[in-house]
Order: sequence, then C-alpha cells, then structure tokens
Amino acid sequence: MNPDLIKMIFGRLNLDALPLHEPILVGTFAVVATGGLAVFAIVTYFRLWTYLWREWFTSVDHKRIGIMYMILGIVMLLRGFADALMMRLQQAMAFGGSEGYLPAHHYDQVFTAHGVIMIFFVAMPLVTGLMNYVMPLQIGARDVSFPFLNNFSFWMTVGGAVLVMMSLFIGEFARTGWLAYPPLSNIGYSPDVGVDYYIWGLQVAGVGTTLSGINLICTIVKLRAPGMTMMRMPVFTWTALCTNVLIVASFPVLTAVLALLSLDRYVGTNFFTNDFGGNPMMYVNLIWIWGHPEVYILVLPAFGIFSEVTATFSGKRLFGYTSMVYATVVITILSYLVWLHHFFTMGSGASVNSFFGITTMIISIPTGAKMFNWLFTMYRGRIRFELPMMWTIAFMLTFVIGGMTGVLLAVPPADFVLHNSLFLVAHFHNVIIGGVLFGLFAGINYWFPKAFGFRLDPFWGKLSFWFWVSGFYFAFMPLYVLGLMGVTRRLRVFDDPSLQIWFVIAAFGALLIFLGIISMLVQFAVSILRREQLKDVTGDPWNARTLEWATSSPPPAYNFAFTPVVYDNDAWWDMKRRGYKRPLTGFKPIHMPSNTGTGIILAGLATAMGFALIWYIWWLAAVSFIALLAVAIGHTFNYHRDFDIPANEVGQVEEVRTRLLTAGAKS
Amino acid sequence: MTVATVSTQASEPVFHVIDEHPHPEGASTMLGFWIYLMSDCLIFAMLFATFGVLGGNYAAGPSPKDLFDLKLVAVNTTMLLLSSITYGFAMLTMEKSRVGATQAWLAITGLFGLAFIGIELSEFAHMIHEGATPQRSAFLSSFFTLVGTHGLHVTFGLIWLVTLMVQTARYGLIEANRRRLMCLSMFWHFLDVVWIGVFTFVYLLGMLR
Repeated sequence: MNPDLIKMIFGRLNLDALPLHEPILVGTFAVVATGGLAVFAIVTYFRLWTYLWREWFTSVDHKRIGIMYMILGIVMLLRGFADALMMRLQQAMAFGGSEGYLPAHHYDQVFTAHGVIMIFFVAMPLVTGLMNYVMPLQIGARDVSFPFLNNFSFWMTVGGAVLVMMSLFIGEFARTGWLAYPPLSNIGYSPDVGVDYYIWGLQVAGVGTTLSGINLICTIVKLRAPGMTMMRMPVFTWTALCTNVLIVASFPVLTAVLALLSLDRYVGTNFFTNDFGGNPMMYVNLIWIWGHPEVYILVLPAFGIFSEVTATFSGKRLFGYTSMVYATVVITILSYLVWLHHFFTMGSGASVNSFFGITTMIISIPTGAKMFNWLFTMYRGRIRFELPMMWTIAFMLTFVIGGMTGVLLAVPPADFVLHNSLFLVAHFHNVIIGGVLFGLFAGINYWFPKAFGFRLDPFWGKLSFWFWVSGFYFAFMPLYVLGLMGVTRRLRVFDDPSLQIWFVIAAFGALLIFLGIISMLVQFAVSILRREQLKDVTGDPWNARTLEWATSSPPPAYNFAFTPVVYDNDAWWDMKRRGYKRPLTGFKPIHMPSNTGTGIILAGLATAMGFALIWYIWWLAAVSFIALLAVAIGHTFNYHRDFDIPANEVGQVEEVRTRLLTAGAKS
Repeated sequence: MTVATVSTQASEPVFHVIDEHPHPEGASTMLGFWIYLMSDCLIFAMLFATFGVLGGNYAAGPSPKDLFDLKLVAVNTTMLLLSSITYGFAMLTMEKSRVGATQAWLAITGLFGLAFIGIELSEFAHMIHEGATPQRSAFLSSFFTLVGTHGLHVTFGLIWLVTLMVQTARYGLIEANRRRLMCLSMFWHFLDVVWIGVFTFVYLLGMLR
C-alpha cells in the first residue's frame, strides 16, 4: 500500500508503537488484558450490561456518580501505586555499578505517570466522588443543580484516565516529570507521543473537573434546605464550596497553559521555546498558578472530613465552627498568593522571594488554628476509636510533621539548598498522604455505611490502617534524611554506596503500604461477604450529627421524602435531641431528572478526538469534533429531561424503611 | 457559637417542608452560566498575561507598528459593538414575546458577528502573507493566540445563535428558550467586554509600544 495513504489513515501510529520489546510491559498487558476479559465475561454471563448502562453509566443520580468516581479513584490508585513500587525497587537496587532493572527511557515514564495519575486520577476522583455523594445529602437537596452535567463531568474524567492508561500499551507516556516543564516537554526535546498523551489526558479530564466545580458551587449556593444559612452549613460542605471555588478559579489556568504548550508542539509557536522571544519560565509560573491551588483543592475537603469525623466520634459539637469556616476561606484566598515558592531558584530576587516566603508561612496559621479546633473538640469528648477516628488521629500526627517541613521549605535560603531534593519529595508525600489520603480513608470508612447500608469490616480496616501508617513512616522518613544529604529527586542510579540503606528502608516502607492496600481490598471483599452481620438499618450507625444521616442507608433516589428544615448547624443532632418523628403520610410526587446516555457518548467522542490528536490522525480528529458538536446540539433539542416519582411509589419506599426501623428497634 | 434553638423549643418544631414546591426548572442556570463565564474569563486573563509578558519580544521580526491597521480594527470593533446592541434589541423584543422581531434582531446580530469574523480573518491572512506568522516571534505567537481565541469564541457564539434561532422557530419563545437566549446574551456581551480589552491592550497600546 502507498505509504502516504497509510500515513493519512493512521497518522504516526504504527506497529512499532506497541511495546513488544519490553517484557515488563508485555507482562503487564497480559495481566490487564486477562483481568479485563474476566470482568467482561462475568458481566456478560450475568447479563449485567443493560443494568449497568441503564442504572449506572447513564445515571444522573449524584450518589451513583459519586460511587463511580470512587471506583475510578481506587482502580487508578492500584496503577499509580504499582509505579511507586517500581521506583522504590529500582532505587534500592541501582547501587555499586548496578543499573537496576528499569532502563532510563522506562523509568522516566514511570515517575511521570506516578505523579500524574496520583494527583489527577486518584486524589481528584476520590475527592470529587465524596463531595458528589455527601454534599447534596448534607444540605438536604435531591440532586445537584445540573445532574446531566454531573454525569458528563464524570465520563470526561474517565476519558482522561483512559488516555493515560492507553499510553502504557500504545506508544509511551511523557518522560518529563508530572508538570512537563518546557523546554524539555517541547517538540524539540520530546518529539514522540508521550507529552501529547499527557496534554490531552489532562485537557479531557480538566473539562470534566471545571464543569463539576461549577455544578457543585451552584448546588451549595442554590439548593440548601430551608433554614440552612451559610453559617449553618456542615464544615464538609463549607470545604467543598471552597474547593470548588478553587477548581473553577484555577483549572482554566491549567487549560490555558496546556493549550499554549500544545500550540508550541503542534503549530510551532514560540511561547516556551528558548529562541524567537519565548520564555520557558512563563510556563513554570502559569502552571504553578494552577498547581498550588490544586493542593488545597485536595486537602480542604479532607479537612472537612476530619471535622465531621472528630465531632461525631467525640460526641461533641465541633469546637470553633466559625473559626473553622474562616480558616478555610483564608486558606482559599492565600493559596493564590504562594505559587512562586515552588521555584525560588528562578532568580526573581530577594524581595519577590521574601513576599512569597512570607505568604507561605502565613498559610500555616489558619491551618494550625484548624488543628487546635480538632484537638479542642476531642478534649473532654467521649472519643470512640472507630476507623474514621483512627485515620483522623494518624492524620493529626503526620500532617503536623509535613506542615513543619513545609514551613522549613518556605524559607528561601533553605529552599535553595533543598530545591528538587528528596526532602521536598518527602515533604509533599507527607502532606498528601498524611493529609489527603488519610482523610479520604477516614471519609470512605465513615460514609461507606451510608452508601451501602453496611459497615466496613473493622479487623481488615485496622490491619490496613497500621500497614499504611507504619509503611508511610518507613517509606518517607528516609527520604527526608537523603534530601538533607543532598540527594536530588528522579535519579535512576547512585554512586555512593552509603546511601543504599536508606533506599532499602524506603522500599520496605513501600512494601508495607502495599500490604495496606491489599488489606483495604480484602476489607471491601470481606465486608461485602459479611454484609448481613455488618448491616445497619437505622441509617445512622455512628450516632452522627449532620443531615445525611437523617435518611435511610442507602438513601432513596430522591434522598429525602420531605425536604428537611434546619435550625442548627448540627441539624440531625438537633432533630434527634428534640424528638424528631419521621413523617409517615402525606407524600407528594417528587420531581426528578431523567437518565441520559449523552454524557458518556460526548466523553467517548472527546477521548477519540484526544487519541486522534496524539497520533496526528487528522481525519479522525475532525470527524470526532464534528460529531461532538452534533451530539451536543442534538441534546439541546430534547426538552423533556425530567419525570415525577408518583406519591404512592414514594410512600412504598418509605413504608419499607418504616418496617425496617421498627424491626430494628425490637431486635 | 450561640444558635437560636431556644425560641423554637416552646412550640412543636417542624423538621420538614410540608407543602413543597419543586424548584422551577433552570433556577440555577443563570448563576451556573455566570460562573462558567468567569472561568472562561480566567482563560482570557492568562492569554492577556502571556501577551503582557511576551508581547514585546519581536525577535527582530515585525512589531505592532509594522502590522496593525488601526482603521480596520476600528471598523471591526464597531461591528462587534453593534452586534451587542442588536442582541440587546433582540432581548427587548423577547420580553414583549414578539417572535418575529426577536428572530430578525438575532439574524442581524449574526450578520454583524459574521462581518467581524470575516474582517479578522482577512487581517490574519494579510499578516501571514507578509511573513508575520504565529511562528515568527513570541509577540506574534501570543497575538494570534489571544485574538484567535476570542475569534473562536465568536464563531462558537454564531453556531449557538443559529441553533437557538432554529429552536425558537420550532418551539417559540418558551421558558427554556428564553433562558437559553439569556445565556447567549451574557456570552455575547462578555465577548464584547473581552474585545474592549483586546482593542485597548493589544492594538492601541501596541501602537504606543
């Protein structure tokens, strides 16, 4: 066949793009393919495709979308952690003339993919998933403001994840580090598809994240139950609001800067080049204007989770609610004024560096205030050491260490020594694992019974907890030491044999974390098997304080048969205290949005377009873009997007709950 | 923290809304669309910032004085401003539920928008013909990207405008269509405001540079 024609049809995609010469990747592919086939076979055997499509994939129910986000996050955690294990193993081995087992070409992809996946496709989906599930219930709403948009946002996030995963087996991923700094990421130094996978994976997912941010802000502003003033919102809802404001105010910056980088790569413009007036430091500035708020996007909801958990398991009202809210808002604002601390070494001068150093240190004040609020909530409380509370205490101890090393790095002269060292790597893992991840695990253990009607198994949960926490300290404390000794990040081989022991300890820590993850998966499996013993019919297994516990577990599609009226910031606690009685009659039809497949179709087309652009398959890019427009416009011609749940159906659902509650009260 | 619970304790508290009315459809749309516009505004802010930093880097290539034809840009600006006025008229007639007049004003708005895009494209073609391509210097990269992104927005606005005209013709000025026309109105005026920025910072200040 004519090579020009082949090039026109397939762009730069050819058989060489399949990594057949890399045994590690072939092995991974075999495992993934077998697993995928097994899942496919099981779903087909049990004839679940129609069910999944109708009830889940096309669902606009915020609870189902929330659960799908959580599943995405946990699946991607396995991939991201596999990368981490590979790096730890490589660094523990590559001493005394050994090259380790990963070639440079592969190792560089591994550390890039690890960072990208953990931030964008683990932390973000888990955080968004919890916000999606919990927040509308906490404010007494029936769904989010724009249910269809919510479904679309989720599938766009999946689309981004699919593109990043594809790079494992078709072509390769970026070898640039997780922020893809130019000039390295520019076409001259990274001519292959790696950076393009990075760009389009993040662009597709970024659309979803921004739209979901807009959606959740509107929900909080517009759909709160009567009586729930801003200062009566649960703290998790407050942190969700601030996080979504940050998302809307920072993700467009990422979109813009990645668009400029792609213009450099595709069109040959000179934004971030070394010649024709381009300026690579412009990229570094712009991407950190997104990047710093991003870390608060992740950690603020975790702070919200800790606030709910501490109050619930101490049996007390949260100490200093107002100061907690103001601290959250102050952190939100300050997070925009510190971006330059990521590159003090740029050479912007003493006064600029001082400004950003001082603003960075100031952030520790509201964060410290939060820490004291949690401590004072626990003080003289009747503390129950259930799993969510254990994670919270582990967070408090761990995060304070991470915070202090952060303040240390905020001092520009110290940063000049520690910039890009393993000390930095230890610091940000300290705050992201100790803050965000521990928070998410607290949240998962806390709200799981709400979502599924049974608790998570405490034995395997505790095992997972101890493996994770001890594993974290073994894995990252050695990196602080190495960083102080001047070891820089992203190195593949080492000369100095005296360093090896620290890397071996770190690898041991990673192994403990591996056991922690395995225990967590076993915890899920065991809990599903023991669901009858772990069952909760009350809907309020923890004797909690906020509205989501007022309805059944799992909540009905409409969340609340009657919209609750709120008098106190611990609304459900207040209801219980004053002898609230569930209404048993007088149900009315409930207006709900209908499911739609448009979201998944649009996201599929966007993913196809991303793939086409990565491989220069221009005709496919054009076709999928036009199809994208056509489907989107076609969707707007559908004016009937909702339906009523009839009153007798609501009555039947509530009747079942009444029977369960009376049966539970008798037994 | 003091919370006013005491006052309600005397009488039996009511913990749920008994006579509930569903939220009117699209009650959050205006707020949501406004927030979207602000996020879009941030994209433009980044492009302005990039132009601010890189806009003076001519790399021994052409500078604004060599390239810009202020008279043409003035005509172009007039097109866009007029299209905003005519969109305003469309909204006024929509308030009076006059379908025909609304459609007519929308069509005129579309023609002004089309004229704007046409003039912009011919300006670009002229510059590229003279060798002032986006690849020539960082100044030109950021110029084409900022102005081009605005032009792309206007183009999408036109596609949207046509879609809404078809929907109005088919279903009339029903509540959903009014809401959609309102959103496009905000979008259209927003692009006008952005253009004022482009005209001032890129063209006028460029000539002074």
